[in-house]
Amino acid sequence: MVDYRIDRHSGVATYVQIVQQTKQALRLGLLEPGDRLPTAREVVEATAINPNTVLKAYRELEREGLVEARRGLGTFVRRSLGTAPADSPLRTELEEWADRARAAGLERDDVAALFTAVLDKHFQGDPS
Amino acid sequence: MSSDTALRAEAVGKRFGRRGGWALRDCSFRLPTGRVCAVVGPNGAGKSTLLALAAGLTAPTEGSVTVLGRTPAAARPRVGFVAQDKPLYPQLTIAETLRMGADLNPGHWDDGHAARVVAGGDLDPRARVRSLSGGQRTRVALALALGKRPELLLLDEPMADLDPLARHELMGTLMAQAAQYGTTIVMSSHVVAELEDSCDHLLLVGDGRIRLAGEIDELLAAHRRVTGAADSAGLGAHTVVESRVTGRQLSALIRPAGPLPGDWRASAPSLEELVLGHLRNPGAPGLHEGSAA
Repeated sequence: MVDYRIDRHSGVATYVQIVQQTKQALRLGLLEPGDRLPTAREVVEATAINPNTVLKAYRELEREGLVEARRGLGTFVRRSLGTAPADSPLRTELEEWADRARAAGLERDDVAALFTAVLDKHFQGDPS
Repeated sequence: MSSDTALRAEAVGKRFGRRGGWALRDCSFRLPTGRVCAVVGPNGAGKSTLLALAAGLTAPTEGSVTVLGRTPAAARPRVGFVAQDKPLYPQLTIAETLRMGADLNPGHWDDGHAARVVAGGDLDPRARVRSLSGGQRTRVALALALGKRPELLLLDEPMADLDPLARHELMGTLMAQAAQYGTTIVMSSHVVAELEDSCDHLLLVGDGRIRLAGEIDELLAAHRRVTGAADSAGLGAHTVVESRVTGRQLSALIRPAGPLPGDWRASAPSLEELVLGHLRNPGAPGLHEGSAA
């Protein structure tokens, strides 16, 4: 189950935040096919946002084929995203790399800039 | 009357006393069912009068108000109303207050639901109303209103005198109500920011008139905040809500009537900018989205 955190001052539309956080959970394997998303009622009770905002986000996820609404039962994950779950070898390598970067004296911003530069070089033109 | 309309006002005016001034004048709008509507405006703008008219507590001097397709008085069993001062009997316990709700609403009282709203606030049913904080009192008043399972819930300044945590909890309870039962909710406030994420419909009241009415997304989309050179082509055909010249720069809040000049910078206004722009400029023409429907 995911827990949505709404940042009112991020400048990102609220429904987009829900879409992005759901995708993030799918990428990290926190949500897997067959898992149920929280109901609109559960989300709005915790976040105090308008129910239509949640439904709009779920419709967007459904349109992208990531989830499906089953009448009377809830909204369920259809497929996961990416191939890098939380415990994959790729993640382990990245963890080790981050350790070495820190040991070499790089600061958080240096690492972020380096990572972004490499990301941009290898994924040029890919949708983000 | 279509049943997809929760609240409709047609040319409504309200004057208190024969020589009194008009608290509301020329108010026309339509609120579809299932919406969460913010009634926003400065103190004394007529928000409470509008809610009292919808609740059937007072009759309009002119025009007509329709609630769930009926007169406000006939619709009252299906409407919940929490007044600004949240009137409760201080000497009663919470449990006694809810029993009173059951007695006053024979045949359409949901005891379990009222009790759940109270329990959501971690309240002891044996506590007396007089011992409760402002936030706890609001929750009991809300439980009393929700116990009758209203199709339309009217709340006058529900957030006033609540701390931020109590506000968030109360709003969460209200949104859960809307999500689960499709309850139409109308709530007034003079603070826009606290309603922005929870409401999808807006009624902006200023000086006793409806300045803006409609879906918040549509109202925002109809307006642009623009900046450009002060000596370039004027705002011409567009509807100007507010404009200001600083040095050589012109900035304005407008409703575009067509394409904007390419060298102008345009961005979407925030709800607060939209509201303040209209309140600062009482002469600017209002907008009533979809009111013709």
